Amino acid sequence: MDEILEMLARYERILLLGCGTCVTVCLAGGEREVGILAGQLRIHARQEGKSAQVDEHTIERQCEKEWVEEIKDRVEGVDVVMSMACGVGVQLVAEMYPEKPVFPALNTTFMGYPAQHGIWFENCRGCGNCVLHLSGGVCPITRCAKSLLNGPCGGSQNGECEIDKEIECAWQVIYDRLKKTGRLEWMNNYQPPRDWSTAGSGGPRRSVKIEEVLD
Amino acid sequence: MEAKEVDKAHVAVDDFDPKIVAFCCNYCAYAAADLAGSMRLSYPPNVKVIRLPCSGKVEITYLLRALEDGADGVMVAGCLEGDCHFMEGNYRAKRKVRHAKRLLEEIGFESGRVEMFNLSSAMAGRFAEIMEEMTERIRKLGPSPLRKG
Repeated sequence: MDEILEMLARYERILLLGCGTCVTVCLAGGEREVGILAGQLRIHARQEGKSAQVDEHTIERQCEKEWVEEIKDRVEGVDVVMSMACGVGVQLVAEMYPEKPVFPALNTTFMGYPAQHGIWFENCRGCGNCVLHLSGGVCPITRCAKSLLNGPCGGSQNGECEIDKEIECAWQVIYDRLKKTGRLEWMNNYQPPRDWSTAGSGGPRRSVKIEEVLD
Repeated sequence: MEAKEVDKAHVAVDDFDPKIVAFCCNYCAYAAADLAGSMRLSYPPNVKVIRLPCSGKVEITYLLRALEDGADGVMVAGCLEGDCHFMEGNYRAKRKVRHAKRLLEEIGFESGRVEMFNLSSAMAGRFAEIMEEMTERIRKLGPSPLRKG
């Protein structure tokens, strides 16, 4: 919160922009969270005796130009946009309104699923070269602390990871899963060193579906 | 002139009539308020009761908005723990109130202006007592810094 207050300290008219897709279901930056943060910002400003106008607005997706275009008038009427989307949304809004400062309200962390309401686990790194068919549907890149392709390591103890006892050893899960599905011999397959250029080490990635590209 | 203004401020604090918004569960606090009325129990008239279908219906934004709009104190009243009509709504309310207090502390606002209470529909006396307690607490804290005008 201190970081957000510092970012906004110089500005009076703020557009707090929520995103109606992923961050909404992750309870991080949807309409509800926009309402809460806007309330906090207004209360803080008025307490300090400052006048602050905090507009609340949530669009369907901040990662698609069509939705971001629709808020043109709102953006023009403020000094700064505080985006509650993931980093993708923040960047697109910043790109489409280059005259306006656009700040992130969230630290975008990972792609995951809710293990239960309010608790999320990371399970995909978007590395661009999926091995889930070899690893019993468990991603070793994400869920093994060492991202080992040929595991487990010596730190696997009673199904727990040596990095943190709260973390399941991904390779133990892979072993159990392969055993259950009669593919245990796959554990003996050796995975050669892989080409990490698909994972971002080759620079920012782009994806083209030529049949979808409009002239 | 200056002295007069100080005097005025002093009088304002003495006369301070706290505005309190109470979000009350339909099955307990609201019914208890009703019973308190039938029993002719007196409690501070400065409490505005808002009926909710369950205390679990309360949203953090309701609490923040009430404060923004000039309430000096905001409370949520739900059923006794273990007695929620919807099994666990009051526990959810408790967590939300706790979180709202944290959010207020983050921005340096007195979190004591927000509180959760539990009572049953038969506890009319306790209802009046809670209203006294909250009014007294807010009176001590003084007018909200967000009060309009």
